[in-house]
Amino acid sequence: MSAPEPGSRGPLHGLRVLELAGEFSAYPGKALADIGANVVVVEPPEGAAARRRPPFVGTTPPGPARPEGAAATPAGRAAPDGTAAPNGADGLGWRHYNTSKRGIVLDLTDGADRARFARLLADCDVLLESLPAAGTEALGLDPATVAETYPTLVWVTVTPYGRRASSSARPTTDLTLLAGGGPVQACGYDDHSLPPVRGAGGQAAHVAGSFAVAAALTALLHRNRSGRGQHVDVSVDAALNVSCEMATTQYLADGGIVARQTGRHAMVNLTSQTQVQAADGHHVVLGFPPRAAEHYAALVEWIDTVGLRDEFADVVLLELGVERGGVSMVELATDPLAMPIWNSARDAMMLLASHLPAYEFFLGAQRRALVAGFVASPEAAIRDPHLVARGFATEVPDPRSGRTELHPGAPYRFGRTPWRISRAAPHLGEHTESVLTSGWDSG
Amino acid sequence: MDESPYVSGSPWEELGAPADRWAGCPPDLEARSDALRHIRVCDLSGQLAGAGATRLLAAFGAQVIRVEDPTNKGGWDIVRGAPPYVDERRGIEFGGAFNNHNTEKLGVTLNLRTERGRELLERLIAVSDVVTENFAGGVFTRMGFPYERLRELNPSIIYVSNSGFGASGPYRDYRTWGPIVQAVSGLTFTSALPGQPPAGWGYSYMDHMGAYAAAIAVLAALWHRDATGEGQAVDVSAVEVGLGLTGTDILERHLAGLMPREPGTVHANRDPGMAPHGIYPARGEDRWIALACRDDEDWRRLAARIGEPWAADGALATVAARLAGQDALDDLIGAWTAGFDAEELAARLVDAAIPASPVRTAAQRIDGPHPATPDWGLWPTVIHSQIGAARVEGLPVHLSETDWSLRRGAPCLGEHNQFVFGELLGVKDSELAELAEAGVL
Repeated sequence: MSAPEPGSRGPLHGLRVLELAGEFSAYPGKALADIGANVVVVEPPEGAAARRRPPFVGTTPPGPARPEGAAATPAGRAAPDGTAAPNGADGLGWRHYNTSKRGIVLDLTDGADRARFARLLADCDVLLESLPAAGTEALGLDPATVAETYPTLVWVTVTPYGRRASSSARPTTDLTLLAGGGPVQACGYDDHSLPPVRGAGGQAAHVAGSFAVAAALTALLHRNRSGRGQHVDVSVDAALNVSCEMATTQYLADGGIVARQTGRHAMVNLTSQTQVQAADGHHVVLGFPPRAAEHYAALVEWIDTVGLRDEFADVVLLELGVERGGVSMVELATDPLAMPIWNSARDAMMLLASHLPAYEFFLGAQRRALVAGFVASPEAAIRDPHLVARGFATEVPDPRSGRTELHPGAPYRFGRTPWRISRAAPHLGEHTESVLTSGWDSG
Repeated sequence: MDESPYVSGSPWEELGAPADRWAGCPPDLEARSDALRHIRVCDLSGQLAGAGATRLLAAFGAQVIRVEDPTNKGGWDIVRGAPPYVDERRGIEFGGAFNNHNTEKLGVTLNLRTERGRELLERLIAVSDVVTENFAGGVFTRMGFPYERLRELNPSIIYVSNSGFGASGPYRDYRTWGPIVQAVSGLTFTSALPGQPPAGWGYSYMDHMGAYAAAIAVLAALWHRDATGEGQAVDVSAVEVGLGLTGTDILERHLAGLMPREPGTVHANRDPGMAPHGIYPARGEDRWIALACRDDEDWRRLAARIGEPWAADGALATVAARLAGQDALDDLIGAWTAGFDAEELAARLVDAAIPASPVRTAAQRIDGPHPATPDWGLWPTVIHSQIGAARVEGLPVHLSETDWSLRRGAPCLGEHNQFVFGELLGVKDSELAELAEAGVL
């Protein structure tokens, strides 16, 4: 795939999106903005709530790197409890989820500002919001009025239980949504005295937001032929319900309920460990046990290279696996030797993992065509040599604070119309004047 | 609005693009949703990471034609015959997850090791809008189908390659599946409790999220094609998609100049600005309730429900104090919640405007007395030609004018060879029989 030409624009260039700042509209708004849509996010005069949500990092330049657990300096961290922003710094969620957008302030309780909002709405393609039903009604946005006044508008609503749900007023957070929607029940440890675990990072908004983007684009593609807009109703809870793989499909097929296991798939029946602590204290993840002759041969060679033959008597089983030309899945049930050979491959991988640093084990396995991974923190992962070689990490200067932000790069690399962070997240009201005076195509 | 394509008519349609890919097909095959019925996808992807992407397109009426290898008895997609099953029947047509992931798609077989197989694929690509695959990076190119070749066959083709590590870079050829992607991209690390190894994700979260990213890539590229007539290739790497779901963590560590965290330091059930915020034991075996106080008002109402002296203590009135003493607070909350049924307690707390939810099993959230998203139609029944009727996952979106529809189950291996090769590509019946005989189909 050839690299796009410099300066070329994202695939959604020309698409206009008006976003009402909110918990579930921010992520899909960013997704659209980073691929070229002209996204204007509307905030109330006091600013979006996300600006006041931790984590914060103060705007004075950080000192030298320090290890985890060392005392945070007042300059490096917002406040001792992390809840208050120093120097008016915005929460990092705001900084991350609003890249490539312009930001304006409108007081939508005020008639003059509502008229300004209506003018922007009349001239845009997508309205993206995550308000409770009462919130949009207060703006005069009911389905019949919108269909009549803005017949080409694609109106996207992302709310915890969907705009149509009677339960729309129920209070939620990312944690309670993930607990009720399926993911949490499948995540945790073999030891069930420990609570189930929520995958961190605001994943409820990511799952629902992905559907919001896909559905919005679907409606836009249809509009290309029909000329008509429509309403897109997205339920976060429903999105989570259909995004937890076997936790859902097992039940739909046979009624089975999966149980959580450490670092591997939740299953109806207990399965073998696949996560191993490596010699350096980090963890590795094994794939499906190898079963081809060349994989058994590679394991024998690897065991010898690391000098573990004397510690691993089952190397003879690996060698038998080579001689037999591998082990087939069918043989596991029919041939008494097949299972010990199969198990010896897993045991060899676990032994190797415990003797090597995690990253070295990963490379050693994959270079031998054995499937394995290593557990990296996000901050380490983004510096991984593979991602560095692909130029993934994206530095974004923030002119106002003078800082350079670091964001994950392109989730999709368009050959002709590149993903790109076109600007840092807006400061409060940064583009109010230019957008209200000059409209959608202003700077 | 001068740049919005629908005003002046789509350049793509002015180029003579078909308005309906289902025109003239047998009524039993035809898609029910109108949204994407002008799109044909030649889909070489599989498992969940690939099939989950084209599933969305099929639900909205795109004609998705899954191309599978006739050799190895359908084992090309390992999900095909794999558990779970709806009944005692086994074999490549009876995998429940395969049926779920491939509803509404058509299925054909082509042996791409044969010249005639490759030639038929080329003819299919020439009449498609989109080509998708989720081989490891570079594999489809080595099979003889680099993007440059696809473009020769069809200048406006959109080609989305969806792999673990992407189409370039030192790990390009490395093999992955969901748990590997999650480990390498930071998502396993951030799902953990302190002093414990990573808990990770108990399923292939990144198969879902990689699939959704690939679907978005297809749709965004189609939007660009509608506006310009131009196709393109898109390289989707699931590891990069996964890292994109950890953006706030990355930004925080970068701006604060912090070293990477060590294992055992993450508390995934907590939040930097809320306390209490956790998953607490409830009455019964392995029952749990999640609850969170977003602010001091939430806490005041929760403290009133708890009604014990420690909760009324003014020392806990501010979020700063509750965050500072969170370990002790969690012990107290957990001792209180352990006496209640999770569903009942969550209902009471929600009535008091406090975010709470039981940790729900599939049975509770799908068929329980209080499904969380009722009246959504989230679990449609499809008809598979061998399995019969089976419930599958619906979509968590509703479009007011052109909604999704899922009615047909996954295709059996080669089920639509006759329609696709015979009707769409015009291969004569006698030749089809011969191709089947020769192992091409």
